[in-house]
Amino acid sequence: MTENKSSARRTVTKAAQALASTTGAASEQRLPIRKTYKLYIGGAFPRSESGRSYVVHDAKGGFLANAALASRKDARDAVVAARKAFGGWSGRTAYNRGQVLYRVAEVMEGRRGQFAEEVQASEGVSRRGAYAAVDASVDRLVWYAGWADKIAQVVGGANAVAGPYFNFSSPEPTGVVAVVAPQESSLLGLVSVLAPVIVAGNTAVLVTSHQRPLPAIAFSEVLATSDVPGGVVNVLTGSAAEIGPWLASHMDVNAIDLSGVDDAGLATSLEEAAAGNLKRVVRPSADGAADWTADPTIDRITAFLETKTVWHPVGI
Amino acid sequence: MSKAKQPPVAHAGSDAPATSATPVMFDYAPALESRSVVEIASSYGLYIDGRFVDPVDGGSFKTINPATEEVLAEVSEASAADVDLAVSAARRAFRQSWGVMPGRERAKYLFRIARILQERSRELAVLESLDNGKPIRESRDVDVPLVAAWFFYYAGWADKLEYAGLGDHPRPLGVAAQVIPWNFPLLMLAWKVAPALAAGNTVVLKPAETTPLTALWFAEICQQAELPAGVVNIITGAGETGRALVAHPDVDKVAFTGSTDVGRQIARTVAGSSKRVTLELGGKAANIVFDDAPIDEAVEGIVNGIFFNQGHVCCAGSRLLVQESVAEEVLARLKRRMSTLRVGDPLDKNTDVGAINSAEQLARIRELSDVGEAEGAGRWAPPCELPSVGFWFPPTLFTGVSQAHRIAREEIFGPVLSVLTFRTPAEAVEKANNTPYGLSAGVWTDKGSRILWMANQLRAGVVWANTFNKFDPASPFGGYKESGYGREGGRHGLEAYIR
Repeated sequence: MTENKSSARRTVTKAAQALASTTGAASEQRLPIRKTYKLYIGGAFPRSESGRSYVVHDAKGGFLANAALASRKDARDAVVAARKAFGGWSGRTAYNRGQVLYRVAEVMEGRRGQFAEEVQASEGVSRRGAYAAVDASVDRLVWYAGWADKIAQVVGGANAVAGPYFNFSSPEPTGVVAVVAPQESSLLGLVSVLAPVIVAGNTAVLVTSHQRPLPAIAFSEVLATSDVPGGVVNVLTGSAAEIGPWLASHMDVNAIDLSGVDDAGLATSLEEAAAGNLKRVVRPSADGAADWTADPTIDRITAFLETKTVWHPVGI
Repeated sequence: MSKAKQPPVAHAGSDAPATSATPVMFDYAPALESRSVVEIASSYGLYIDGRFVDPVDGGSFKTINPATEEVLAEVSEASAADVDLAVSAARRAFRQSWGVMPGRERAKYLFRIARILQERSRELAVLESLDNGKPIRESRDVDVPLVAAWFFYYAGWADKLEYAGLGDHPRPLGVAAQVIPWNFPLLMLAWKVAPALAAGNTVVLKPAETTPLTALWFAEICQQAELPAGVVNIITGAGETGRALVAHPDVDKVAFTGSTDVGRQIARTVAGSSKRVTLELGGKAANIVFDDAPIDEAVEGIVNGIFFNQGHVCCAGSRLLVQESVAEEVLARLKRRMSTLRVGDPLDKNTDVGAINSAEQLARIRELSDVGEAEGAGRWAPPCELPSVGFWFPPTLFTGVSQAHRIAREEIFGPVLSVLTFRTPAEAVEKANNTPYGLSAGVWTDKGSRILWMANQLRAGVVWANTFNKFDPASPFGGYKESGYGREGGRHGLEAYIR
């Protein structure tokens, strides 16, 4: 910026030119402000209560940041926050939830550059590839946002029972959903598993990619500034192998999405633990590699919906 | 068969409100349904690949009439080897006949089965009452008509699956392993088998060990309908047989109705596999009565909610939540109504409450009722003389029940009602949802907006408003939370059997 400006001003004094070149040199050498990557729980950004962190590398093995290493206590705090937020979020009108999700897309669109840098650093993809992932993530949010006030008509309806009864079925959110986000696709994968959970009124406790957690924290900052109530999404950076079992066995978690669990043995043990309170379980894709760029279906929304059927007699 | 004794002329006594007269009681003459329409053989094999065969290991067990303790028949106990044969037969049928048959042809077989079920309804109703202990009035008017309706409903889906909103190219899963309970033996079979077959799956079904007979009759109905061999396989046995079936590696789908504990075991067993699962488990439904409810209708709903099928109903309204301002009146009228319930011979058309299904279940009901008393709740049952043989438990209610009492938390699965009170709608919701279960709930009020608000707030899969215990093949049924997952009935019920 400074150089462009100074070259455009051909009549400035030598002194001014000297000043301009001095500030230009200074900005080239300016020490950037690094971000402290923390957890996102109940709408706030705390460090791990355990005080632990772990080194996050870029794709070439260089140092990127020290991320918070979430603990069992952090996971439990996140579940408490998600449960507390459930009544309010599920009680919003579908129209409102759709607008809030659309707002997340809007805010993210405005920060495409930042997200592209985060994705590029984390995944080692080209600049173009990183932008493609960011754009797909924004578009996916918009796609899911539109489902908020339509899913009930698609999966619910009137039931023609053999008697004088008004009988209808409608979908309701399952409750608190634990989500293990995909390990490779740090942003598009994350948005693809999170948006369908919250669009229908569930609240989420999300464990990020272990090696590539940073875009998820940047995404949390978008959530925090997009009218998503605190606690609706809680983000834990760290290891699914460490936190997963606590979430899978937590009695106040209603469902668990294991899409990001690459280790088949761990996925099985988490599914076994989830049986304790009969959590709804989404298993990792059978062939191991889900294609997050593919067009989604409503399956990820309906996986976390309950069908409620109401009967009432008809008569005078 | 010993004739159950008539309940003595019952008086509401001091519990009756002063304004209402003591009900006039008539001495009913027994009106027995004839059991001559059913011929039960002394022993039965397993139904595998279209034929009744002896079990590989030759194991067997007896099924009895719970109202008389008389042995009805000896039934084969399927071992792991039999399970293997049944699954192989189902797999073959899936590959060679049923899985490749056009939907319109599958539909015709299912319609045929529905018609045979209607034709043989009287026989099936009597058999169900004999083996299960439920009143003939219920097996005749509820169970068997619904069984036929279930097949009729799903028959129509078989050639319309692409309209079910479950993807553009709906395909069956393959072989379904189905394990069903003893409370609605034939009806639960229908809930499992009809949607599975409509979607193009083949099935191996295990009925409960205390109620295997109607499933074996259904096997014969499949023969009458000339259903291709191996499409339906019925293997009898107890828990071990069920475990072998659920764990069989060539099963694509597991469907279970029963206790939450067994549901948990099944969920653990299938972990890490690609098997799809649906579970219909326990419940502890709140039946909520507001002060503006039509009291007499509500009392009928309460009675139907907990004493229908001896309370052996996963969605039974076992917790009565009554608004404090009308609690006294509701209780008085409820006790009066309970005094007129006729407990006894299931084949007597006047019987309201039949036999408890097994000695084991009776012991559990007694144990939990004793716990209720020991924990300080007030126990009440109308004077009611019970037959001296068979398994019986009088319609019972507990007052002064707190949310911490075991009888307010655990599923009793018997004719035992826990009564709690509330003051505000918010308190009613809080108490109703204060359970790990979430299968059903009832709401009684005259106010429309309150019904819809309550229906929104209740975390349960079925909400009956100003009615209770209604079922229909077009109506999805299934629970939230630890009441299981998946829905049975309606378009939603197909989802469990389609990929």
